[in-house]
Parts: sequence; C-alpha cells; structure tokens
Amino acid sequence: MDWLTFLNVLDSAVRLSTPLLLACLAGLFTERAGVVDIGLEGKMIAGAFAAGAVAVFTGSAWIALLAAIGASVFFGLVHAFACVTQRGNQIVSGVAINFIALGLAAVLGHSWFEQGGKTPAPPVSGRFTSIDLPYAAEAAQMGPVGRFYADVVSGHNILVYFAFLAPFLAWWLLSRTRFGLRLRAVGENPAAVDTAGVSVARLRYSGQIICGALCGVAGAYLAIGLNAGYLNNMTAGRGYIALAALIFAKWRPVPALFVCLLFGFLDASANRLQGVSLPSVGVVPVQFIQALPYILTVILLAGFIGKAVPPKAGGVPYVKER
Amino acid sequence: MSQPAARLPLWVDFGLIPLLNLVAAFAVAGLVVALIGENPLDVARIILYGAFGYGEGVGFTLFYATNFIFTGLAVAVAFHAGLFNIGGEGQAYIGGLGVALVALGLDPYLPWWLLAPLAVIGAALFGALWAWIPAVLQAKRGSHIVITTIMFNFIAASLMAWLLVDVLNPGAGSMSPGTRFFDAEAVPPRLSEILAPFGVDLGGSPANLALVAAVLAALGVWLLLWRTRLGYEIRALGHNSSAAAYAGVPIARVIIIAMLISGALAGMMALNPVLGDQGRLLLEFPGGAGFVGIAVALMGRSHPLGVIFAALLFGMLYQGGSELAFEKPSISRDMLILIQGLVILFSGALENLFRPALARIFAPRAA
Repeated sequence: MDWLTFLNVLDSAVRLSTPLLLACLAGLFTERAGVVDIGLEGKMIAGAFAAGAVAVFTGSAWIALLAAIGASVFFGLVHAFACVTQRGNQIVSGVAINFIALGLAAVLGHSWFEQGGKTPAPPVSGRFTSIDLPYAAEAAQMGPVGRFYADVVSGHNILVYFAFLAPFLAWWLLSRTRFGLRLRAVGENPAAVDTAGVSVARLRYSGQIICGALCGVAGAYLAIGLNAGYLNNMTAGRGYIALAALIFAKWRPVPALFVCLLFGFLDASANRLQGVSLPSVGVVPVQFIQALPYILTVILLAGFIGKAVPPKAGGVPYVKER
Repeated sequence: MSQPAARLPLWVDFGLIPLLNLVAAFAVAGLVVALIGENPLDVARIILYGAFGYGEGVGFTLFYATNFIFTGLAVAVAFHAGLFNIGGEGQAYIGGLGVALVALGLDPYLPWWLLAPLAVIGAALFGALWAWIPAVLQAKRGSHIVITTIMFNFIAASLMAWLLVDVLNPGAGSMSPGTRFFDAEAVPPRLSEILAPFGVDLGGSPANLALVAAVLAALGVWLLLWRTRLGYEIRALGHNSSAAAYAGVPIARVIIIAMLISGALAGMMALNPVLGDQGRLLLEFPGGAGFVGIAVALMGRSHPLGVIFAALLFGMLYQGGSELAFEKPSISRDMLILIQGLVILFSGALENLFRPALARIFAPRAA
C-alpha cells in the first residue's frame, strides 16, 4: 500500500470513527453515572432520522442538528425515567429503545416522504459540508507530512472536529469539575453521594441528557454529514460497536479516541481489503475484518488483554435506605 | 427491581398488570397510527382479519408463532437463571447451520422422518455451542453476558455471511446467497398437507411440524424448571445468586447449563424456516426472531404457557402486519418493530408503572 492509498484509508477512518467516538462518549457519560445503556443505537437512529427529516423541511443543518439532539435526548429521558424513576431493568429498557426508535423512524419516514423509509436528500444548506483548513492546498505540495495535513486532517465537516475535541472536553468535565466528580461517584457508590446530600436521580438524569445530546450529534453526522439523508437502519450496529469501544477504552474518554480510531480504521480497511491478497496470510475474508472489533472485545472481556472493570454501581437501580 | 411492600392478589399480578402493560403499549402504537393519519381501529381490524380471518392467515400466524415460541423460551430460560441472553438471534442463525449441515449431508440417504430428529439435534447442538463461549466467559471470568452475546450476534452474522457467500453457495443459478435446496424427500410435510384430510384448510401457509416441536419444547421447559432439581437450581440462581451459592448450588455450572439450554432452544428455531419452509439455508433467515423472543419472554413473564400466548400474539402481529402492508400502503411493515419495542418497554422496563396505583386499590389493608 503506498502512502497516498494509506492516507486515503486514514481519511475514511477518521470519517467512520466520528460517529463511533460520539456514541462511545455518550455511553461513557451515562455508564460512569451508573446507568447502563445499550440503547445508543436507538438514540443515534432517532437523531439521524430527526436530522434527515428536519434538514429536508427547513434546509438548515443547524436546526436539523438541534432536532437530532432533541429527539435523542427525548429517548434519553425515557431511558432515565424507566431506569432511575421506575427502577426498571436497564438492559431491557435499552433494547426497547433500540426497537422503538428504529420502528418509529421507518414508520414516520415511510408516511412523510413515501420513499420506503428513507428521507430525500436535503439541500446543500441542510448538510454539514467539509471545511478546508488554512493552507491545506499549499501543504499538499509539501511532501508526505503536508499531504497528511491536507488529506487526513483537513477537509472534514465541523462535526468531525467537534468529535475529536470532545474526548478532551469530556476528560476535563469528568476529572476537573465538581459535576464530573459527582457523576463518577454516583456510578461507583450512589449511597455516598446521597449521604452527601446530592441527588442521585438528578445526576443520573444529567448523564442520560448528555448521552442523548452526543448520540444526537452522532446521528446528525450520519444523516447530514457523512451521507445525504436518512436511510433505514443507517447506524448499522454502530451503537453496539461504540459500546464495545467503551469497554475497550475502559470507560475513559481519551483512550476512547484511540479505540474508536482503531475500529474506524478496521472498518475503512475492510472496504479496501476486499479480495486483496496479503503477504503470508492470503486473502482475508472481508467478513473477518468486519467481525474483528467484536472478536477483540470478547477477548478483552475475557480478561486476556488487560482487565476492563466497569463502574461499580452500573446497572443497579439506586434505592434510598428506608 | 425492588419488590413493593404490598402483595397483590395473584390475578392482579399475573393477569391485570400484564394486560394493562400491553394495553399501554398498544395505545402508544395506536397514537402513532393516528399521527400518520390512519384510523387505529381500522388497522386493528385488518390485522385481526389477516391473522385469523381465513385458513392461510391462521397458518402463517402459526408459522411465525413457532419461531417466537422457540426464541421466547430461550430468553425465558436464561431469565430464570438471572441471565439476559440477547444472543438468540446469533444462536438461531448458527442453529440454522446445524440444520443445514445435517440436511445437506444426509438428504440423499434418509427420509424426512429420520432426518428431522437429527436436524433437531444439529440445531440444538449448534445453537448451544454459540451460547457456550459467552456462558463460560460469564461463569468463569465474569465477562458480562449481555455484551458478549451482543458481540456474538455480530460475529455470527459475519461468519454466516462468509459461509453462505463463499463456502456453501452452490454458485451459478442461485439468486440469493444460500445453500442448495435440500432434497424434497428430506423436507417434512406441512401442516396444511397433514390437516387437509380432516377438512382444515391452511392454504399455502408454511406452518409445519416444527410447531409441534415448539409446543413440546415449552412443555419440556416447564418440566425442567418446576419439576427437576436442575430447574430448581436455575431458579434459585436467578432469585438470589449468593443465597443459591450458600445453599450449595454450583453457580458456574448452572450458569453454563442454563445458557446451553437457552442456546439450544434458540438454535431449534431454525428448524421452522430452514427445514420446514424454505428447504435451504438462506442469508439472514432469522430476520429478527431472536430479538422478538425478548419481547415474548417479557410479555409471557418467562412462563412457558405465557410464552406460547405471547408468541401467538406476535405471530398474529407479523402475519396481520403483512396483510396491513397490502391494504394500507401508507403504514410501513416496520410498525411491527415499533410495537415490539413498545411491548418490551411497557412489559419489561416499565412493568411496575401501574403497580402503585393498583396496590392502593387491591392490597389488603394493613391491620
């Protein structure tokens, strides 16, 4: 593989890892608060559909983004109501949200746009288009490093840059602010937080709201950034890969960045390696590369590569002592 | 899930509450139907007629219900052990491989009545195998079974895509990726053929003997859970794993056995579409039945009889839903997925939504 092809793969790796990264951080905020969420997939779908539909209606990418966040946060609140207020089973609630969002998007899309569940392509103003960073064109002439800047770093839309900034923001929020400390505490020992007079429920709701907002951005990126319009089930399991990435990153924001890049890179190279014969390995079935993130996660979970310890109170509804 | 202090009469707990949850789910679904400008009552009428109004419809309803009985039982058995097996979809998919390998290898030699029992074993064995690794990882290394079974669904999808596109595909002449057709002699007769002499008309519906196997499996699960020592251990583990450990239940072993049974049941779902209907193994044949099993188990409160009723309800929705897609083109077939999600939400995560209000009405007054 020559340098240019490699840069090309890296470029698509960046594009493909963006939704993973956003969803992974979304999961991080709620799981660190002690609410397990396998409904990331559904929230992303809600966001993607809302973004796609609103972009068509209004022609504004920013209003579409807000709609995506709103739709996704709505499902976050449903999840929080079920898990925190009703103390229901968190896994069951997540599964339910995945199906509800998928079904609702298809039903509404089918009825509003009559294109078998997808939304029509929004106008250009309704999409996030790529931004050329300063001096990208000049840098492209200046050897391999310049090419890297021009091809991989420059030329993405604003949501990609936000996504790659987000892990650092998340790190700051979680480990340098009072809110972050409390959020993490409520995922480890809610009783202690409660004793200190801080509302467990409010913190867990906040975790779900942040989670919903980030999933909304991820969905909007899929529908009006990476693609033009919502397609049925366009998240294609990314919510689950994000969950895998979250475990892989051991529930920490900055490692999440690298894990998501790795998974994005695997995805990008799977497309590239179809039918290509590798030295000493032969032709690797493309399905194997697609399954690799899942296989790696299982191996990690089995404790063969380090140990992934989830937040202690994750998945357990908090009951005040009576 | 915290138990509220008040004990409710049994009929409220096992009759009224599940019913109210179901009504709530359908009320929201009806709201969505109204939102897209259709009359929910009309829609309900079409679904009911499509599912039960004529012989072929009934046959299709039973066909879909067969799938859901198997996957619902699979989820239910795991629930009793306190485990959440989301991997039914993958286990069913791999179970299909077991069915296909038996059928592809033996169909020139054996008639259907000898081949079918072997196919049952193949399906159960392969399904159980796919549940075995997550089970061992949960039991021995504490890897969360929800996550590993989700991962195994995706791994199964990739594995089967590779097998069906590159390995088992006969190549020329086949439009969709899959194996060759099994020999016609190896495919069991359909219920419509068996029941026709008795004047029952199921039309061209694909319901087949797998339905009998599904009902037997439900009976078997009931016997296992409430009439055997192993079943007692499974339920003890599910109620309180530390109490079970103190009582001498071998936790790790029971986790693994419960998951093997769960996987085997999910795998046996493949008998219905693969051997009973299509007569070949097709790409993505489970079509989400493994996930419907979650809704079915929750709605049926993990009791085999409840699972059968819930499976019939979902069978009705699937068949009636197809009818609906013809009659009302404005309503997408994906309405089913929405309803499925709503049932999971209201019967599962929000199962106690109506409990406090009912407790105020029905609970015996404290003396």
